Amino acid sequence: MPTYQLTVNGKAHTVEASEDTPLLWVLRDHLDMVGTKFGCGIAQCGACTVHVDGNATRSCSLPVASAAGMSITTIEGLSEDGSHPVQQAWKEVDVPQCGYCQAGQMMTASAFLAQNPNPTEEEIKDAMNGNICRCAAYNRIRKAVGVAAEKMA
Amino acid sequence: MSTPSIQFSRRNFLRTSSLASGGLLIGFNLFTACKSDVKPPVDLANLNYNDFNAFIKIAKNGAVTIFSPNPEIGQGVKTSMPMIIAEELDVSWDNVYVQQGVLDTKNYTRQIAGGSQSIRFGWDALRQTGATAKQMLVNAAAARWGVDASELSVSEGVISNKAGETLSYGDVVDEAAVLEVPENVTLKEPKDYTIIGTDKRNVDINKIITGKPLYGMDYKEDGMLYAAVLRPPAFGQELVSFDATDAKALPGVVDVIQIGDMAKALLSEEEVNWTAQLSGSGKVVVLANSTWEAFKGKEAIKATWSDATPLESTEFHDKKLNGLLDGKDFVTMRKDGDVNKAFAKADKVLERTYESPFLPHNCMEPMNFFANVTDEKIHLVGPVQTPEDAANTVAALLGRDVADIHLEMTRMGGGFGRRLYGDFVYEAAEISATVKKPIKMVSSREDDMSTGVYRPAIKYRIKAAIKDGQLTGYQLKEAAINTNMYGLIPNFFPAGAVENYQVDVANYKSNITTGAWRAPYTNFLAYAEQSFFDELAEEMEVDKIKMRLDLLEKVKGTEDERIQYSPERMQDVIKMAVDKSGWGKQPKGTYQGFVAYYCHNTHVAEVADVQIENGLPVVKKVTCIVDCGIVINPMGALNQIEGGIVDGIGHSMYGSFGFENGKPTANNYDKYRLGRMKEAPVVETHLVQNELSPTGLGEPTLPPAGGAVANALKAATGKRAYKQPFIQQEELWKVKKEEILG
Repeated sequence: MPTYQLTVNGKAHTVEASEDTPLLWVLRDHLDMVGTKFGCGIAQCGACTVHVDGNATRSCSLPVASAAGMSITTIEGLSEDGSHPVQQAWKEVDVPQCGYCQAGQMMTASAFLAQNPNPTEEEIKDAMNGNICRCAAYNRIRKAVGVAAEKMA
Repeated sequence: MSTPSIQFSRRNFLRTSSLASGGLLIGFNLFTACKSDVKPPVDLANLNYNDFNAFIKIAKNGAVTIFSPNPEIGQGVKTSMPMIIAEELDVSWDNVYVQQGVLDTKNYTRQIAGGSQSIRFGWDALRQTGATAKQMLVNAAAARWGVDASELSVSEGVISNKAGETLSYGDVVDEAAVLEVPENVTLKEPKDYTIIGTDKRNVDINKIITGKPLYGMDYKEDGMLYAAVLRPPAFGQELVSFDATDAKALPGVVDVIQIGDMAKALLSEEEVNWTAQLSGSGKVVVLANSTWEAFKGKEAIKATWSDATPLESTEFHDKKLNGLLDGKDFVTMRKDGDVNKAFAKADKVLERTYESPFLPHNCMEPMNFFANVTDEKIHLVGPVQTPEDAANTVAALLGRDVADIHLEMTRMGGGFGRRLYGDFVYEAAEISATVKKPIKMVSSREDDMSTGVYRPAIKYRIKAAIKDGQLTGYQLKEAAINTNMYGLIPNFFPAGAVENYQVDVANYKSNITTGAWRAPYTNFLAYAEQSFFDELAEEMEVDKIKMRLDLLEKVKGTEDERIQYSPERMQDVIKMAVDKSGWGKQPKGTYQGFVAYYCHNTHVAEVADVQIENGLPVVKKVTCIVDCGIVINPMGALNQIEGGIVDGIGHSMYGSFGFENGKPTANNYDKYRLGRMKEAPVVETHLVQNELSPTGLGEPTLPPAGGAVANALKAATGKRAYKQPFIQQEELWKVKKEEILG
């Protein structure tokens, strides 16, 4: 099996996996970083969202071969202590119900805010529309993105 | 409004003991027995309070740990139930640590999540427990100081005497542990609450925001294999044979086995409990070193299937349900007066039929479970709403003693009723027992959606008699696949308000597995009934609100003990909704739909505001009034209320699921549409302020939401929605649905 060099949250890892293995499963099963969640496997729900070179990316649909050499950030690396403004906003607003989709929501939000630090409500809705929350905590997610933007300002 | 002043006798409510490490351990009954489709016990006195199902530990340093025995599925009880204890115990919330208990049938009972009943049933026991523990600590301090306990005061875990001396709880726990358990402790007056009624964040929030392992999906052990299960592709099919040559040649695939014999034997021999959804078919299991390799291996299996029972389609179900509604094979659940006479004498008869499809649960965390079956013990870990039933069934399945089983519950990535059924636990156990290794069964989204336990398709036919401008007869007929929902709640509104009233139910037994889905009795019924009430008001040419208030007026003072809802509380939420939503005063271009509903012991009114944007009706806002009595944790309560409404709207609008030759018509989110952020309206919630005992919030706001939207759509478009999902009723929309979907 081929080996790949991955940089995850600033740390270098060497993993052995078949080339079509999605980054999601490399993170979860090979590297024991289970914060990134499996939801649908076809890039429709956003639960598996990570940053690849700063862009929000569906890790369930990105083969490890394509991720090699790129800078990958997961929820564990957003900040270890929960101090990132998006994590703080999620806590302040008390967003989660079951909480399962929230890592993906936070990764989408943080990548979006890095590119658009002062979004309108409509821009937030557009940015977050790809992430499903079956508990339907959407209004709190929307609010928390706004709170995070204020914290980052 | 009266304040709660319940006096308890000790009645074995509590048991205390000293800890070897120092400190006090208190056992108590945290009764949360209500499963989503099992009735709560009618007589609470029948409960055996010798059963303890939760524990509080107070350490010598004053730290308080509450072991929460019940599964957390996102409803927030892991936060709100300990809040009630902490309130009466009089400790700082910041000093309380909540820990998930494991399945422990010896010490705990009824470790179940479901039915929005945890707070309602836990209210008295939790307060009693906290207050009793506090009294014991105070008594210990009083003994040490040689004063009467009544002279002492407590604040945040610190006991003070009149001389100004203080002792912390930790200082006196060892002495308290050996004291008699006091009787008739005094509970706080609601005005003195410092924790109940204040905003507290989810106790797992720090772990969630930093991506710590919490869910079943996250669990792993050394040497564990990942197991993907190939199940029959269509309901009615069974495995004939399979060829695993290609699968076994794939990297990472360790083994391919067949399971199902144990489940089949159990099915034929035993009366299995209601949570056991067992398939009689063989299944092919691919065991691999990673989830991805297991999934790939499963795709490479070549299996042949036979049609063991006829393969059903949506068209077939539709005909069956229509046949039942037109036929005579009903069971009557409630009958007042004579509806047939009322119809015969009526000036006008209104009859309407409302339809809903099957729905999958779509928990964001797909079904999964860890099992390690050895000769010595059976270790099970994962997300399940009914751990005790799961353990009992696994014991029967494997022919083992249930005492061999150690079951740990993880936080769940949603439940919605799906995890009441233990099929995924039995699969995991059978796989591990067969390969004699620790394994984790993981479903893909496709597996999860296409081999589910669905909300059954249902049709309601409602018929009303109008005589001299009054509603004189009301008959509701339900035709359902497998399970009658209304059959279990025939005493909800408008029962009691109409002299001639009848509820009849019938069902068709299908080979498609069905079960409870968030607010199982009412998630579709509320829309049907509330649509019908609006139509009835139009037919009677009376105001929609006034008609509801007048009907409720007739229920006041009823001596019918079967009636569960309170006409007074229902009227109050209706009046408040009228006020807060600006009902009847909406600006031009805003169309409103009204609903008042009672379910899961909570009274709710909702008003949906629809506006036309770019020629399309869009739900912009929902005003929601909730009377759930005392609100324990407003922050969590509002989350449940808003989520229920947005979830209810999403499924009413878009939830479409059917069958074609036994195969589900959707198996992932490219073919199944869940509500997303852009479809989430603003929700404005008003909580009725009173001091009545609290009721649940995990479900009650979902059922009315679809009705409020249907009634608003009627106001906006002049068209009535008779079928869910609304998106498929093209006549409701001014442009083609493809454009809406686009």
